[in-house]
Amino acid sequence: MLKTFSIGGVHPHENKLSAHQPIITAEVPAKAVILLGQHIGAPAKPIVAKGDVVKVGTKIAEPAGFVSAAIHSSVSGKVAKIDTIVDASGYAKPAIFIDVEGDEWEETIDRSTTLVKECELSTEEIVKKIADAGIVGLGGACFPTQVKLCPPPSFKAECVIINAVECEPYLTADHQLMLEHAEEIMVGVSILMKAVKVNKAFIGIENNKPDAIELMTKVASGYAGIEVVPLKVKYPQGGEKQLIDAITKRQVASGALPISTGAVVQNVGTAFAVYEAVQKNKPLFERVITVTGKSVAKPSNFLARIGTPMKQLIDACGGLPEDTGKVIGGGPMMGKALVNIEVPTAKGSSGILIMNRKEAKRGEAQTCIRCAKCVSACPMGLEPYLLGALSENGDFETMEKERIMDCIECGSCQFTCPANRPLLDYCRLGKGKVGAMIRARQAKK
Amino acid sequence: MNLILIAVISLGAIALVLAAILYVASKKFAVYEDPRIAQVGEVLPQANCGGCGYPGCSGFADACVKAGSLDGKFCPVGGQPVMAKIADILGLAAGEAEPMVAVVRCNGTCANRPRTNQYDGAKSCAIAASLYGGETGCSYGCLGCGDCVAACRFDAIHMNPETGIPEVDEAKCTACGACVKACPKAIIEIRPQGKKSRRVYVSCVNKDKGAVARKACTVSCIGCGKCVKTCPFEAITLENNLAYIDPAKCKSCRKCEEVCPQGTIVALNFPPRKPKTEEATAAAPKAAVAPKETAAAPKETAEAPKVTE
Repeated sequence: MLKTFSIGGVHPHENKLSAHQPIITAEVPAKAVILLGQHIGAPAKPIVAKGDVVKVGTKIAEPAGFVSAAIHSSVSGKVAKIDTIVDASGYAKPAIFIDVEGDEWEETIDRSTTLVKECELSTEEIVKKIADAGIVGLGGACFPTQVKLCPPPSFKAECVIINAVECEPYLTADHQLMLEHAEEIMVGVSILMKAVKVNKAFIGIENNKPDAIELMTKVASGYAGIEVVPLKVKYPQGGEKQLIDAITKRQVASGALPISTGAVVQNVGTAFAVYEAVQKNKPLFERVITVTGKSVAKPSNFLARIGTPMKQLIDACGGLPEDTGKVIGGGPMMGKALVNIEVPTAKGSSGILIMNRKEAKRGEAQTCIRCAKCVSACPMGLEPYLLGALSENGDFETMEKERIMDCIECGSCQFTCPANRPLLDYCRLGKGKVGAMIRARQAKK
Repeated sequence: MNLILIAVISLGAIALVLAAILYVASKKFAVYEDPRIAQVGEVLPQANCGGCGYPGCSGFADACVKAGSLDGKFCPVGGQPVMAKIADILGLAAGEAEPMVAVVRCNGTCANRPRTNQYDGAKSCAIAASLYGGETGCSYGCLGCGDCVAACRFDAIHMNPETGIPEVDEAKCTACGACVKACPKAIIEIRPQGKKSRRVYVSCVNKDKGAVARKACTVSCIGCGKCVKTCPFEAITLENNLAYIDPAKCKSCRKCEEVCPQGTIVALNFPPRKPKTEEATAAAPKAAVAPKETAAAPKETAEAPKVTE
């Protein structure tokens, strides 16, 4: 019996169309646009000005606060301007525009492919290097990694959990990364273990990737304390709290930090980025992105520089299909539709999904038939039908009592609803309003 | 028989004792409430809209009686007649308040503001705004999902299906401000109704730079500042590429409307201009017909300057 999390969950069609497509290094764009807010927390402060010459890997923005991350240039060339650009949501966001000239890397970066296993650095040095490299959680939430590696002193880390679940349908970036860079990932995991001073790590992989499980298990045998845990396929297993539950059978209490269970969860992509940052001095300026969709001519996995226009990646897969209904940044469950395809990729871009018109069409919302499918699907044990109704009627006080802040916005409720109710939309609205209410209350104190 | 008698006597005795206690308590712990609060409450419309700034009509009545003056207190629903009645009851002078009305400061109709994408989520402006900048290139303008319509308790604001922009029914609008609070884009503003419902305002809230704003919408404010220079009363300020007309300073001369290259400034319910610009004789006989037009319907008004250019 394979392990999985204990409550709720759904199983959407996997549609891993780009599985086993080797990672292709995408072309360096002619113009890169690097957003300043690519992570949770305060947007970074630019430290370059118009006309400055930058190389690949040059730091161009400093973190602005504790929860923030540094940003590095992904290209070499001249800073054209620091201005706003319409991002995936349609709002203008500050960004650094770089005109690309050549492809000159910072000399400090080790560009060889030789595996560097030994890491002699102390815990503090590792964390500092990770912070300097601007690494954030690459699963999509983009939480600055150094913050996660320094839990509040009242908590003690007991193990590292590596999220290699990739539970989102369609996405294959992490899967392919494991197949091609298993050794590097293991070194990255060992470094993460050292950073939080634990000697146990689990790598959770869903068993729809048997080749990755086999390879990772084989490679892990050469490293002390790393165990690969095959997991049953169930969405949203990649959620931090769900993964902790699946692997350690400990549940995170409502409102508590995941570290309270003693687990530090990191994405597999993050582990790879940590390896590159610590062992190769390479800051985070490129990542693996899946470009996929049923009508896409050639679904692929790209290693793309951050700041590449999404259109360029789509074109590299054979262009935007005729019957495109929606282009989604991320996976189909948690991703958000893009308002235009010129937007640049960011640290959190795990995939670009092109849905055809038929797939993209939302069913017409009907009245709730009280079937409670959403209640059984909710992995956080909430009652989405109730939260949806409360949000619709603006009763945010009751929503707070109904634990809306526990919602992880996984969309299982909306996915399972036979009446096509936009439950996630309403829950997101409520979460936003309740969050603002709580902050206002704390500010008053 | 005996049993019934005992029950009647004992229960009766208990009732008498309790009645006595209640009587004493009601005299001893009586709270004096000004009877005028109830009187004021009766003349109020009991809409409990909160437009006065108090938590409902009884809160307002209480505040009126206790304050000892009606300065700054105004029931937007009842308006001046209700305030006069309250003044009578309290023997005070009613504060003079200018009648106000909700104004929709966006003219991004389907024709003026081309769509660039389509939103298919829950039909709510609050949700749409939290997810996306909107269906057009303008991330400041009206989203058209009608949160303001749902918020209005007086049936005074409706979506115009042709333009996709809400329109205020001036006759019904009480300026309670519910729509202002409901609009996540802060497009609606409560402004003085103006004499004969004539008012001049900037029908745009776009803070983008001129070129970006113009590309997104043909009637957007591009922050050129012509109106600021033209205004003889210093009523117009330009901030973040957006002009704003201060209703307190505006004398409705309409000079700004004339010079606005985008037709963003709307002069509502004015009689048509005479061929040569002579605003001095503006109080024309047509005024009686004009005010019937509702706010934010001014497609013709907005585009008129373009024709003249």
